[in-house]
Amino acid sequence: MDVHDDAQDVTQAQAGDEPAFRRLVERHSRGVFQLAFRLTGSEPDAEDVVQEAFLKAYRELRRFEARSSFRTWIHRITVNCAYDLLRQRPRHKAESLNADEGDGVGGIEPEADETSRPDRLAFGAEVQSRVRTAMDLLTPAERTAFVLRHFEGRSLEEIGEALGLRVGATKHSIFRAVQKMRRALAPIVGCS
Amino acid sequence: MNHLSEEQLVLYHYGDAGDRAENAAIEEHLHGCEACQVQFAAIRRTLDTVQSAPVPERGDGYGTEIWMRIEPRLAASRRPWWQTASDFFVPRRLVLAGGVAVLIVAAFVAGRLSPGTTQPARPPAVAAGKANGGQPAATQEQVRERILLVAVGDHLERSQMALVELVNTGDGPKVDISAEQIRARDLVSANRLYRATAVSAGENGMASVLDDLERVLLEVANSPSTLTTAEFQKVRERIEAQGIIFKVRVLGDNVREREVRPAPKVASIRG
Repeated sequence: MDVHDDAQDVTQAQAGDEPAFRRLVERHSRGVFQLAFRLTGSEPDAEDVVQEAFLKAYRELRRFEARSSFRTWIHRITVNCAYDLLRQRPRHKAESLNADEGDGVGGIEPEADETSRPDRLAFGAEVQSRVRTAMDLLTPAERTAFVLRHFEGRSLEEIGEALGLRVGATKHSIFRAVQKMRRALAPIVGCS
Repeated sequence: MNHLSEEQLVLYHYGDAGDRAENAAIEEHLHGCEACQVQFAAIRRTLDTVQSAPVPERGDGYGTEIWMRIEPRLAASRRPWWQTASDFFVPRRLVLAGGVAVLIVAAFVAGRLSPGTTQPARPPAVAAGKANGGQPAATQEQVRERILLVAVGDHLERSQMALVELVNTGDGPKVDISAEQIRARDLVSANRLYRATAVSAGENGMASVLDDLERVLLEVANSPSTLTTAEFQKVRERIEAQGIIFKVRVLGDNVREREVRPAPKVASIRG
């Protein structure tokens, strides 16, 4: 990907050149999907978010002022779309954890020494399953804040702006996310 | 220094524990405290595990695939909003919409004020049982309230759309808002009816937002049709400063949620 190409395509797309917008979509779809999947944890939801984000970008393209890169802009739109979707989604699992904090996640019993199991593939799948479950325990704000800090390396200020939170509340959301995941993953990662 | 808290360690991991001095203090403590080192290592193990979670792969053709999916929908996005709006705001439909609003509100108020609902000393079985036409009184009330919620929900959605589009317009040295003014005037009329109904129903929160909305709509309706960029900017700033779009959106969501919520045994419009 070339930032210069982006700038040129954005200018052309703003002038109504549809093939230029198509090039932007083709260049950024995979990155947008990756972010959308991290945020939603679901392939169908991530697919919806990707499409919604590009449609929104198309509608708002006239207002894009190129103060940030197109990538940063489309990722910001993606975060908004995903955050809206997360807030609409029921969160039964999180409620069950909140009602019973400290007990970890039910369903998968810890084993004495997971790393010594011969079936490493199965263990890997179990780890992935637990990570997914742990992520599903987070509130929309916690999940978004965590993904943006941990995977995207965004600053607290940027995250706060995206979520409408102050820096202190953003920090707390990130901490709560990590804390919940530590509890959920303790059986396989170890508590201490 | 006491042991570091879990929160301090997590934030330290991301470099967010505080200023340089606070970070240095944490680092120094960690250096000499085995218990905190163990705790910190456990946090990092958790985060490394989370990091290892894979994202499903998408091939090289994924961008083209997305383009094919969204391309047919771009045409709708290309259509200027005033064309879409004009579909709804043709005079005949405006008259119809206004008439419907009046009927809904009138039916709601009539239902609230009709003597039948205030007659005292009915036997409990009758009071809780059948009213006109054999329909339970509570059901009639629920239906009236649901109709009102649907109408208010639609009104809020239209108002939100109008305001969002208004604040997002305005390129060039002169800004023509004559079309927005027509929409605002129409919305004001319906808004007055809904606000009065909300007041009579004891829906103070709803009435308050509708009151704020009405002021903004009136301001737009009574502005000159053509504004300079600076004048338009002031209108936009006032709308944004009042947070009215946000309030309308929240109330709209709330109303929509109540529309689909299963009705309680004895319905009440007070949420």
